[in-house]
Amino acid sequence: MAEVLIIGGGPAGMAAAAAALEAGARVTVLEAGYDLGGQYWRHLADGRSGANEAALHHGWDTFLELRRTITEGCDVVLGAHVWAVDRNDDAPPLVHVMVGAPDGTDREPRTYAPDRLVVATGGQERTLPFPGWDLPGVFTAGAAQALAKGERVAVGQRVLVAGAGPFLLPVVTSLIQTGATVVGVAEASGPRRLARGWLPRPWELLGTRSKATELGGYVQAMARHRVPYWTGRTVVEAHGTDRVRAVTLAGLDDDWTRVPGSERVIEVDAVCVSHGFVPRTELATAAGCAVDENGFVVVDHEQRTTVPGVFSAGELTGIGGADLSLAEGEIAGSAAAGRPPRPQALEKRRRYATFASRMHAAHGIRPGWQTWATPETVLCRCEDVTVGEVRDIAAKTGARGLRSLKLTTRAGLGPCQGRTCGRNLEDILVVETGGLMQAGRTSHRPIATPVRLGELAATLTPAPAPERAPDREDHP
Amino acid sequence: MNPRRVPVELDPVRPQDSGPLTVTLDGEEVTGQAGQTVAGILLGAGRVSWRTSRNGRPRGVFCGIGVCFDCLVTVNDLPDVRACQRRAQEGDVITTGVQDG
Repeated sequence: MAEVLIIGGGPAGMAAAAAALEAGARVTVLEAGYDLGGQYWRHLADGRSGANEAALHHGWDTFLELRRTITEGCDVVLGAHVWAVDRNDDAPPLVHVMVGAPDGTDREPRTYAPDRLVVATGGQERTLPFPGWDLPGVFTAGAAQALAKGERVAVGQRVLVAGAGPFLLPVVTSLIQTGATVVGVAEASGPRRLARGWLPRPWELLGTRSKATELGGYVQAMARHRVPYWTGRTVVEAHGTDRVRAVTLAGLDDDWTRVPGSERVIEVDAVCVSHGFVPRTELATAAGCAVDENGFVVVDHEQRTTVPGVFSAGELTGIGGADLSLAEGEIAGSAAAGRPPRPQALEKRRRYATFASRMHAAHGIRPGWQTWATPETVLCRCEDVTVGEVRDIAAKTGARGLRSLKLTTRAGLGPCQGRTCGRNLEDILVVETGGLMQAGRTSHRPIATPVRLGELAATLTPAPAPERAPDREDHP
Repeated sequence: MNPRRVPVELDPVRPQDSGPLTVTLDGEEVTGQAGQTVAGILLGAGRVSWRTSRNGRPRGVFCGIGVCFDCLVTVNDLPDVRACQRRAQEGDVITTGVQDG
């Protein structure tokens, strides 16, 4: 019986676990959070669960069903922080985990040597820098969502939502459900690009009608609460000293270049920004899985990575949302357990991958964003490195390697280790130096999450004292 | 600034009342609901920043999912804990303001 280890308890990991279990494997699921569900189904803590919690979620019944199946049939390890994976020749890597409170001490160290590994570590939001984006009160849209769903906290009373992509819409709904007033939604892509992305070949989208229904629900909520939706417009500055007090909105052309003279100031006490998502590939990269030019893990038709016995599913292999993640997870789980995936899952993956490529065509980040970042704009939030400093040093040194630039400017060397600024830093360098030696290098982090030296030291067993041969005397 | 926690009695999600939970933030009592993260309690009580960056710029919650490390706090003398990831325990002593390393 195959032992399948799954890293990540979001939609992709949960679907993988259920499918591998169904195919007869012994399954272990490692989830860093306090419960299964990932960011998509982030929910209230045990003891706070709401009678009407389904109102906050899409596919809540799917989540409950998957959670029941997995909890009954798999070994689910919560609070499992994978901090390193060691390559293991042609076998899946060893997986090193600390189990316990986030950033804790005295966590329990464990090492897994699975027959098959499914990496489903998901994605994170990418936020493009603009003056004032580091002021308190500016949140990623995902943070607003997580605080609404998992904490029942409103990030503000007058909130602007800005960025690109359909994810802005559920964020608006979540904010409204916390009692916040959403003063508007600014979608960076203009009407022409949205039309080019979404309107042609409508038959391709027929298989994703549930998406249309979902989006329709958000649009209705926005209409009911009279939330304006602007296209070709974004936040180019957040104003305030101790916290955000107002924002400047500006028009953008098709390339997301700021249009002079189009500015308008709106008073707010919070801003939620999301310009799209990037995969969290630390563990896949450490395992040796190849990534493509966009930083996504390369997989075959059964979600196999380039490392034998290692599979990947969900946002790691391309940003496409929960439905695509569920389909990919099911395929990966079946294949990892040695059973051919169901044709229905393959078909579902095909349909939602089409949806994802349309989404990228309509909302993908355009290079004109660099016109919003003034030289004084903070690029690296941890180290307060500005866009101007990075451009200067890049121009002076002509360095096309990220390592030398990081060491010279300190960008990407703070606590988050470039998770927040890495992609933006790469974009700026490409413009300044004409290309990078190793694109995507900012997501190479052999230690995937901070681990305390004391915890590491505690995992080491002292070497036995050398034994002295009984029949030999020491000579001075 | 006003508290941002959705009042249990007005919440359309109808969450169970898990009871109050009190932590101290730099010596001051802050109350939230049992089961919340440290960040959830602080934000819910109207705090938006509790730390400074290298150059003294204020920082609070940004990503909310443990990626950005903007929300680091010291919990019961343990430094560098992500407030958005750590669930608070009754009586936790949270201190802030200094960035290590």
